[in-house]
Amino acid sequence: MSFLHLAIVAPLILSIFIPLFYRIFRQIHAGWFVLPLPILLFVYFLTFLPETMSGKSFIEMINWIPSLEINFTAKVDGLGLLFSLLITGIGALVVLYSIYYLAKNKEKLNNFYVYLLLFMAAMLGVVLSDNLIVMYAFWELTSFSSFLLIGYWYERDKSRYGAQKSMLITVFGGLAMLGGIILLYIMTGTFSFTEIMSQANEIFNHALFVPALLCILLGAFTKSAQFPFYIWLPDAMEAPTPVSAYLHSATMVKAGIYLVARFTPVFGEHFLWFLLVTSVGILTLIWGSVFAVKQTDLKAILAFSTVSQLGLIMSLLGAGAAALHYEFLDENIYTVAVTAAIFHLINHATFKGSLFMAAGIVDHETGTRDIRKLGGIMHFMPITFTISIIGAFSMAGLPPFNGFLSKEMFFTAMVHVTEMDIYNLETWGILFPVLAWIASVFTFVYSMILVFKTFTGKHQPEKLDKKPHEAPMGLLISPIILVSLVIIFGLFPNLLSDSLISPAMASILPSLLGAGEEFKVHISFWHGPTIELFMTLGIIILGLVLYKTHFRWKKIYKGIPEKLALNRFYDFVLEGLQSVSYKLTNTYMNGSIRSYLVYIFAFLIVILAATLFGKNAFMFSTSNVSSIGVYEVALAILVVLGSICILFAKSRMTSIILLGAVGYTVSLFYVLFRAPDLALTQLVIETISVALFLVCFYHLPKLRKFETRMRFRLINALISVGVGAIVTLIALSAHSSKLFDSISKYYVENTYTEAAGKNMVNVILVDFRGFDTLFEITVLAIASLGIFGMIKLRLNRRKEG
Amino acid sequence: MIEFIIRLALLFCSISMLGLIYRVIKGPSVADRVIALDAIGVNLVAITALISIVLSSHAFLEIILLIGILAFIGTVAFAKYLEKGVIIERERNH
Repeated sequence: MSFLHLAIVAPLILSIFIPLFYRIFRQIHAGWFVLPLPILLFVYFLTFLPETMSGKSFIEMINWIPSLEINFTAKVDGLGLLFSLLITGIGALVVLYSIYYLAKNKEKLNNFYVYLLLFMAAMLGVVLSDNLIVMYAFWELTSFSSFLLIGYWYERDKSRYGAQKSMLITVFGGLAMLGGIILLYIMTGTFSFTEIMSQANEIFNHALFVPALLCILLGAFTKSAQFPFYIWLPDAMEAPTPVSAYLHSATMVKAGIYLVARFTPVFGEHFLWFLLVTSVGILTLIWGSVFAVKQTDLKAILAFSTVSQLGLIMSLLGAGAAALHYEFLDENIYTVAVTAAIFHLINHATFKGSLFMAAGIVDHETGTRDIRKLGGIMHFMPITFTISIIGAFSMAGLPPFNGFLSKEMFFTAMVHVTEMDIYNLETWGILFPVLAWIASVFTFVYSMILVFKTFTGKHQPEKLDKKPHEAPMGLLISPIILVSLVIIFGLFPNLLSDSLISPAMASILPSLLGAGEEFKVHISFWHGPTIELFMTLGIIILGLVLYKTHFRWKKIYKGIPEKLALNRFYDFVLEGLQSVSYKLTNTYMNGSIRSYLVYIFAFLIVILAATLFGKNAFMFSTSNVSSIGVYEVALAILVVLGSICILFAKSRMTSIILLGAVGYTVSLFYVLFRAPDLALTQLVIETISVALFLVCFYHLPKLRKFETRMRFRLINALISVGVGAIVTLIALSAHSSKLFDSISKYYVENTYTEAAGKNMVNVILVDFRGFDTLFEITVLAIASLGIFGMIKLRLNRRKEG
Repeated sequence: MIEFIIRLALLFCSISMLGLIYRVIKGPSVADRVIALDAIGVNLVAITALISIVLSSHAFLEIILLIGILAFIGTVAFAKYLEKGVIIERERNH
């Protein structure tokens, strides 16, 4: 147990004590007990920086299930450290924010912080596990804790709906990912990611490579809200705002990004990877940005914006995978895409976190998040306004904020895609920069709507529940820290390049680095009058025009997006699945034993016939058949006649007597085939059972005592003939293919010498195989006790009195 | 010779059983059927005895006895049922 492992599970351990603290210290907000932990962890993870900057990684292992190769291996490398710092850093800020956001007396704070800590541990586990099964375990824990957090106000319908939806979608993806992990294990024989990565070239042409790739991508796309799985994210906005800020902008939705980045060294060289990651990312980007313009709820705008920005990062990672095709580092222009992806990942976490917190403050202080009701609150909430405008400008990609830099780099990467000479990108690669540009225009528009519709314009006090005023300082600390980071990273981007971005790139593209080399990342503000600059200028101009006129063209949304909304499809599918399976179950589970018997026998016929003829097992030979005497024929005719007459008998009495007759004839068969003990028993038992049948017959209720012939049903007839035929065929084949002699010789020789008896049947029953007899006796005992109980114990009747 | 006679006897037994079965099916009253069934039991005894001669074994003598007992019990039970409506009476008037 190293410090690193302790750091990962520390939130879990603390979560055990939170309810205790909550109970004991009622006066103190429970968040204060949580706050030190993420700060401590953040500082602890900072100490890894020198190590990862020098290109090393740090591995600690403890055995968990060594026999299955499942060990809790924690590995800190550039990528893992970047995510850990995001998780703990923003975690600390979110906890601080939540202390002021959630009221001490009204909310179930113990639940909230337990869930939040569970989530934090799960996220740390995801990004720091080297063993894929352990990673998957933490991955599912993120899904569960996210489910709990979204459903935090469980008395609301919408919260429960959102929680269920996100659970279904992310767990679906998680299971797909587990499939991918298992496929990787089949191919490489290990769960350790480091070892899988070292075998990446050998498994490239394996038949399971593509299925594994698709499964892993499915997991990443569902978690990171990519098209078409983004639909859970807007509904997850029913969670408390700190949760939205933490999970649904900075951390959990980036788990899929992490997964894609992590697996780039394994799958990155495959065409499908490039194609799927890049195009799904671009599609998500444009889809999310177009839909964000339509929203009227602040958090919904932010949710769609998150979807769109995640698409941006995803497409950059896809484009960056193309760098793997060039086996050298110098002038490999595609690595810029990876740089941009990591840089934007950090930037997005900062500005989106601050925007969510600002939206939460607006909600908290005015009582609504609807931009149609808001407006003109700039003068009441100047600090919140400043925070929002910085965040939104960064999101729109305006200088001098960090969003501008990452957007420029995004364009650079997308323009480079058109220059690739692989996969025919010369011809259709032009789509990428064009779509990216259009999406950025929409990003600009919704960013402007977000700020200016909320804070400027006419104040409408009659629509607001509360009189707006500035938030308390405690609420403002976290967003202020985040927007300061937005500005700092914007002005001094190279603070990050050596410390975080370069090591993270080294973990995403390890094969490009020789010994001792490292990526030289340089982010510059001004890089001359390049095409990216003109694209940004175009965005600002067109974006401004569109924003000014958006009340005119917004009507277009009324027609189109409703049809394209995937929510409707999701609801339809969910409802359809339920009603179809309900109907299906009702059709075949109809409660009638006859139908079930039909299924059972039909299945029996089909499965036996298929096996018999599919395996070519049917045989018929007369080599060891004895001669047939006249008595056997006569008795057989009797049995057959008796059985057939049962079917056509008009009264039940006749059936019973005929059944008795068949039974007695069988005992005659025993006589004929020299089995006196069997014949004795058969006679007695047949007599008793006929008597029992007569008792049942006598007690039939008078009302229903119709004496009718059995009705003819074709299906029943076919099935009964089929069962008879198939059993006969099997008996014939079995008899025709005797593989070895019977063991009865031993009994014949040893009955007297070993067991001191002359009746061989009885000796077998009580000596050679007496165990069977013992339990047959038990069966009889149980049957008789059961009958006695049924007759005597009439609980129902006694209750009725 | 004895072989032939036994076969003949078996044939006659079977024919008589067929006649009795006809009575069981046709028999206008229940009493007719019960008598016919009792006679079938006796015929079964005969057939079993004859077969055990054919098989030259005395393992089936117990079966003969058993059929005799069962036929008796069955007939008595039927008779009581016809007379009283029940076979085993619940309250006994001593």
